[in-house]
Amino acid sequence: MNVHAEPVVADKKPQHEPVPAPLIAYVRDYLARLRGGELGSAPAIVGLVVITAFFAIVHQGFLSAYNLEALVIQAAPIIVMAMGLVFVLLLGEIDLSAGTTGGLCSAIMAVLLLRHGQPWWIGVLAGLAVGLVIGFVMGWLRARAGIPSFVITLATFLAFQGLTLILIGGQGSVILPTGSPLIALENSFVPIWLGWTLLGIFVLGYAAIKLIDARGRRQSGLPATPVVVIVAKVVVVALLGSAFTYEMGINRNLITNAFFSNKAQGEPWAVVLLVLLFVVWHFTLSRTRYGRHVYAVGGNEEAARRAGVVVSRIRISVFVICSGMAAVSGIVAASLLQSVQSNAGAGNTLLLAVGAAVIGGTSLFGGRGRMIDAVLGGLVVAVIINGMSDLIQGSNSSGYEWVVTGAVLLLAAGFDAVVRRGRSS
Amino acid sequence: MKTLELRGVGKSFGPVVALSGVDFSAEAGDVTALVGDNGAGKSTLVKCIGGIHRIDTGEILVDGTPQQLHEPRDAARLGIEIVHQDLALADNLDVVGNMFLGRERVGRLHTLDENTMEQLASQTLASLGVRTVRSVRQRVASLSGGQRQTVAIAKSVLWSSKIVILDEPTAALGVAQTEQVLDLVRRLADRGVAVVLVSHNMNDVMQVADSIAVLFLGRMATQVRRKEVTQTQVVELITSGRSGELGLPAESRGATQ
Repeated sequence: MNVHAEPVVADKKPQHEPVPAPLIAYVRDYLARLRGGELGSAPAIVGLVVITAFFAIVHQGFLSAYNLEALVIQAAPIIVMAMGLVFVLLLGEIDLSAGTTGGLCSAIMAVLLLRHGQPWWIGVLAGLAVGLVIGFVMGWLRARAGIPSFVITLATFLAFQGLTLILIGGQGSVILPTGSPLIALENSFVPIWLGWTLLGIFVLGYAAIKLIDARGRRQSGLPATPVVVIVAKVVVVALLGSAFTYEMGINRNLITNAFFSNKAQGEPWAVVLLVLLFVVWHFTLSRTRYGRHVYAVGGNEEAARRAGVVVSRIRISVFVICSGMAAVSGIVAASLLQSVQSNAGAGNTLLLAVGAAVIGGTSLFGGRGRMIDAVLGGLVVAVIINGMSDLIQGSNSSGYEWVVTGAVLLLAAGFDAVVRRGRSS
Repeated sequence: MKTLELRGVGKSFGPVVALSGVDFSAEAGDVTALVGDNGAGKSTLVKCIGGIHRIDTGEILVDGTPQQLHEPRDAARLGIEIVHQDLALADNLDVVGNMFLGRERVGRLHTLDENTMEQLASQTLASLGVRTVRSVRQRVASLSGGQRQTVAIAKSVLWSSKIVILDEPTAALGVAQTEQVLDLVRRLADRGVAVVLVSHNMNDVMQVADSIAVLFLGRMATQVRRKEVTQTQVVELITSGRSGELGLPAESRGATQ
């Protein structure tokens, strides 16, 4: 800790007491935050490690390259949707229609591609545009007309499910054209050299930002994160990234012969999309005025209004972001299935994404949540679904899957409530 | 010259006369207590000064210049800050985030300039002699009632407000915390701010005020220097609108006449 920051620190200690080493101060601060109920990502990380270890033990091959790929492409649409939902949840609102919005947007995209012969990017842009408009209308209804978001989005949840059914029609599904970049997103792979290069850029960028931040704080005479901690974090990120990139470099295609030499190696392109979206939204929430205002409105709407924040604009914007991300999620899901089903985005799509955000540590009561929650929670959900489907075979397997996912969600929400109670008392 | 002066201010809501012919003034460096029973018009008066209500008659002068106050922004522009009873703080933001809410500093690339904001927040609290807030990076949710009130008041100092109106700042506080906040109120005035303290608590008022204004049924019973009155007289003024030679003439009490 630094002398300049000291005046506000409790002055009970005599002046001559040695200034604690930065590392000790950092750890002490972290423990104080934990005790204060600011658990951050700790529960989600512990949960992820525990259930991954469990499935790795009971099921040989759970951590194999083949299964890891399956897990990642399964998690991608859930994580993308959860990222959008974090914004809505931060305001204490809910978007029950995110799943069917994604389904509708992907259906519009598929219909444009296949029935109207449009190029893929027109389809994607149209799907995204529809998503943004849907978000704007719902946000407007919430902010200006004052209808509870639960009701608005329940209505659109039903209506969009119907629209998708009408669009896709009786065939039950529309198959995306083979070889389209849309399918490639979830089903083709980043060249191995590029994968390592991107990882290098990501790790170096992460390290640079952390070090520049710390230097800036030290120059301003503020307590900064100790270099040891930064190095440790960077090393952990680099190790996890390397392990993932290395394992994704293993060829997963076992049928390689003279006629069929297609190797399946490298990480899915969806991973690159996920990282990009994460960086953009994390930056938005944590480093911009807009992000600060989203938290403020979620924490105390009246305080934000008195401070000059235009609350209705913030409220509309989070619905726009959420529905836009739902559209992206719908497109990713279409890529995963290589088709758009007439029930796209219905069923438990939304619930898994909300579950992911909450398991990650985002509060349903508003004001608390981060972008990393969507990623960690989405991974937890994907690990459970993937692990359970391997563990329990047979006709009832999906039944068990749902029961376990429900139990984990309840656990996470209960945890959230207990933490809140602990803090308010 | 008075920092804030109200001349003959009247305000009605339909047939209900909330304020009638109110004269009031607050000077830089003074703590001016605004007291009165429930329904005497304290809140209405505060809202008129804060630009939330528009006055029907009379005028509001800031530094001797008549001003039109149509909305809260007008008041803020003139350096009038109201610290509300229900504390307009966001629990989930830290002290720095709350003090700069709505007026965040941005640096390059339009990103939040956290370092400058943190320095300024720390300096402001230190300059007020606040030593109870452990770190300006802790969330407001983890602060006690007194600390929260401190942050809310410090915010007005940070924005160098000329006139700070504190609406019942000690209503929900314990003895020690009340003492801290009153200390802060005193220091705020000593910095040259015109402080208006709206309070129910006679002890607070007698302890910290330089001037006492008593509202009675929408009219200003009297505004006197604290040293010229006793607590008993103030209580009498609050309850009956007059005390001996002070207060409203016996024949025309109340706004309804």
